[in-house]
Amino acid sequence: MNSGFGLPTLRGWWQKLVAPLDWPLMMITGLLVLLAFGVMASASPERINAQLANMAVALVVMRVLAQIPPQRLMHLAVPVYLLGVLLLIGVALFGDISKGARRWLNLGFMRIQPSELMKIAMPLLLAWFFQKREAMPRMADYAIAAVMLLVPVALIARQPDLGTAILVLAAGFYVIFFAGLSWKIMIGMVVAGIAAAPLAWNLLHDYQRHRILTLIDPEKDPLGKGFHIIQSTIAIGSGGILGKGWRSGTQAQLEFIPERHTDFIFAVFSEEFGLFGNLILLILYALLIGRGLMIAANAATLFSRLLAGAVTMIFFTYAFVNMGMVSGILPVVGVPLPLVSYGGTALVTLFVGIGILMSIHGNRMLVQK
Amino acid sequence: MEFKNPQEELERFRSRLAFAGGFVLFCFALLFVRFVWLQIVQHDYYQTRAEDNRISLVPIVPNRGLIVDRNGAVLARNYSAYTLEITPSRAGNLEQTIDGLAAIIEIEAKDRRRFKKLMDESKSFETLPIRTRLSDEEVAKFIAHRYRFPGVEIKARLFRQYPGGAFASHILGYIGRVTDADLEKIEEKEQDANYRGTEHFGKTGLEQRYEFDLHGVSGHEQVEVDAGGRAVRTLSRSAPVAGNQLTLTVDVELQRIAEQAFGDRRGAMVAIEPSTGGILAMVSVPNYDPNLFVDGIDTQSWRELNESAQKPMVNRALNGAYPPGSTFKPFMALAALTLGKRRPEQAIADPGGFNFGGHFFRDDKKGGHGMVDMYKSIVVSCDTYYYMLANDMGIDNIATFMGSLGFGQRTGIDIEGESKGVLPSQQWKRERFKKPEQQKWYAGETISIGIGQGYNAYTPIQLAQATATIANQGVMFRPHLVKYVTDTRSGEKRMIEPEPLRRLDLKPEHLEVIKNAMVGVNREGTGARAFAGAGYVAAGKTGTAQVFSYKGAEHKTETMQAHLRDHALFIAFAPADEPKIALAVLVENGGFGAQAAAPIARQVLDYYLLGKKPKEPAPADEDAVEGDAE
Repeated sequence: MNSGFGLPTLRGWWQKLVAPLDWPLMMITGLLVLLAFGVMASASPERINAQLANMAVALVVMRVLAQIPPQRLMHLAVPVYLLGVLLLIGVALFGDISKGARRWLNLGFMRIQPSELMKIAMPLLLAWFFQKREAMPRMADYAIAAVMLLVPVALIARQPDLGTAILVLAAGFYVIFFAGLSWKIMIGMVVAGIAAAPLAWNLLHDYQRHRILTLIDPEKDPLGKGFHIIQSTIAIGSGGILGKGWRSGTQAQLEFIPERHTDFIFAVFSEEFGLFGNLILLILYALLIGRGLMIAANAATLFSRLLAGAVTMIFFTYAFVNMGMVSGILPVVGVPLPLVSYGGTALVTLFVGIGILMSIHGNRMLVQK
Repeated sequence: MEFKNPQEELERFRSRLAFAGGFVLFCFALLFVRFVWLQIVQHDYYQTRAEDNRISLVPIVPNRGLIVDRNGAVLARNYSAYTLEITPSRAGNLEQTIDGLAAIIEIEAKDRRRFKKLMDESKSFETLPIRTRLSDEEVAKFIAHRYRFPGVEIKARLFRQYPGGAFASHILGYIGRVTDADLEKIEEKEQDANYRGTEHFGKTGLEQRYEFDLHGVSGHEQVEVDAGGRAVRTLSRSAPVAGNQLTLTVDVELQRIAEQAFGDRRGAMVAIEPSTGGILAMVSVPNYDPNLFVDGIDTQSWRELNESAQKPMVNRALNGAYPPGSTFKPFMALAALTLGKRRPEQAIADPGGFNFGGHFFRDDKKGGHGMVDMYKSIVVSCDTYYYMLANDMGIDNIATFMGSLGFGQRTGIDIEGESKGVLPSQQWKRERFKKPEQQKWYAGETISIGIGQGYNAYTPIQLAQATATIANQGVMFRPHLVKYVTDTRSGEKRMIEPEPLRRLDLKPEHLEVIKNAMVGVNREGTGARAFAGAGYVAAGKTGTAQVFSYKGAEHKTETMQAHLRDHALFIAFAPADEPKIALAVLVENGGFGAQAAAPIARQVLDYYLLGKKPKEPAPADEDAVEGDAE
């Protein structure tokens, strides 16, 4: 395009398109996505095209959300949350069962997983709630917030889907934490939590208990429930400092790593790129989170602050839980590696979060100090 | 309730953000420490485990050595075939897997039974065949569905094959899957490494005795395997060395003629080359088909073979112990000459029996044979002569002399599990029985020992060996089936040297008397009808062993009528002046030796000396006169 006539129009159109985007966030996300496709090409090259399609959808969603002002998002908080809870109840009553869990709802034209919606709906609702009570947050408000949080978490945990339940619980908790819940109460809850652990143990499903037991000693059952963790730690450990090289990881290429394109993709990455690669990945996530926290710090309203802080910390939770479980220090709970693991739903959810962060950044406090 | 200061609130929020940021960094540091632990501190350990996962050392089983007869005719060989194999530990639900396979490839009930038996005998990580000898079409069908069956694979394997079927099975023996007992032998020989991939082991016969020659040296292949255990590529390979070849002293044609000569009768025959001890033919009929054992025999067939009244699994030539009957007489006569108890021309008057301690031991010829010297005693098979002789010699003299001829001892043939038989003596009786009154040897018991009855029980190979020793002027060889072993790598032949076990102190003129009398048997005596018109001079002796039961005999009398008939025996060597072959024939419940056993010997000698091939099994000569039925 070198015609003097078309160029300004095209440039104008492009500028309009990218205006709401936050460039530091775009850069970091871009690097992570690049890295993700590199690993995918090694772990599961046949899924590259499908993941590219997922990526395109996710980018469109991000761009759309980046343009929606936080005030309009706030209006969506209550309806989206109620819809989410209704759908979760629907799942509990009419959901499809697959792999022993009831997670999907068949709407006739498509199957949806309502628990995924909750990851965004939860912080949205709680941020809205604290915004409404901005003037005088009292103890009672925290209690109400806790109830609004625990109802969907309980519904999700019952499906059972421990990974998503933990993410939703964390997302809600971050809002409450940023809203200023007193340290005393939090410490008290931790103590109470430890005391209630034996009780909780009894409420867990067998497979959930197995996962925890396997974490403690995976070698006990090397071909059964310990297999995932053993093989992924072997992959990571054998990677060494610089890794075995792209597409040269024996654990990955010879299929010793289970679910190597989804939850365990980190093992593939770590085997092929070693400690050096891990460090780069950690830095990229730290930058992403840092940028998100910075956006939160400069957000204009309490709603924006809480939402931005919680959404950012969701990224952290994803990353930490996934890398922790794959490297064998956390139980296997089925949480993908954010932006890297294969799968459309999680990717869209994450880009919704990035879009929200961009929108909040675009509407930040214009007057500083 | 006070209103909050917005600026203060913002500061508080930002401090919480800072705390969250610190928490994030702390958690990431924790992860980093974990990565350092795994990827630096523990790297070597995980590196090794990854390599163990990836690399598998697969042994390559060598081709088993061939077994050929003295002229190179193949008796045992190998062929390559595809097998469908399951590793139970990797296959998940076995029933489902097998049912799934059965939908693609034909799997019979027999295959399932055999697989189940193999399962019971093996460890779950071993791979076991569910079907053998797949056609190319079946292989293609399976490969198309392979992804559905983890832990199932096609393997190209070599199978042992005995082209003659049941022919000569008691010589060859068979191979079967390695058992714990076999593993002990392997460990004893320090062959563990060499047998790592080996699934078969010689169980009987030459396959057993020469196992470590036939096996060869395993090669191995370093292969990269995926998580499903399938080989992805080969990293390195060392070739196996095929097992050594056995060349036998046996002549396949002679063996065939001998086996056919028995028809459907039960019995055994051993033919030895007297000057070397090499076995020319060794028959034990009925035979069994060793091919049945190669893929692993199923329980039902195994039971049928073992429970058959015909006892096809028993090698009668080595493990059947029979009273020698009158075939014992030439050896008794030789003992008498050697010990100075009789001179050849010394004659006795035969009144038709011998009275000892109030018991009359009858000769089978009423009224007796008249005056009988040593020659006549053998030719007409006079019992009275030997009753008297036994009485004169005493049991221990007989035992010592017969022992020197190899009776009652293992011959040392190169097949394992040979029986000793029973060489009766005072000492034997003391050791054999528990009650004091049974332990005592009674002089009356010596009498029937003289005609090869009583406690006497010898294997056909002992009889053949003793015959060959006489034919070979008292030089006794260890009978052997293998002539030489050819080393596959160097092509060198390791001779199984003719091994003189001992040289008996026998006088040539004494041997001449015995040989002359045995020639007389076939010229004018009990063997004359069988050997009428033979184009060579054969020395022989008929024998008929009464079937009777006493404790300790290897062969118990069956209650069936046919099983009460006498065993027919015949020993022979020819040509008499320069013996090339010596043999012993036994036909179980065949009746008189001259009737059933001598015609078989005639066919064998006719072929070996003249190349004459008989058209049909040796006819039983119902009119043969038997002079020696005690």
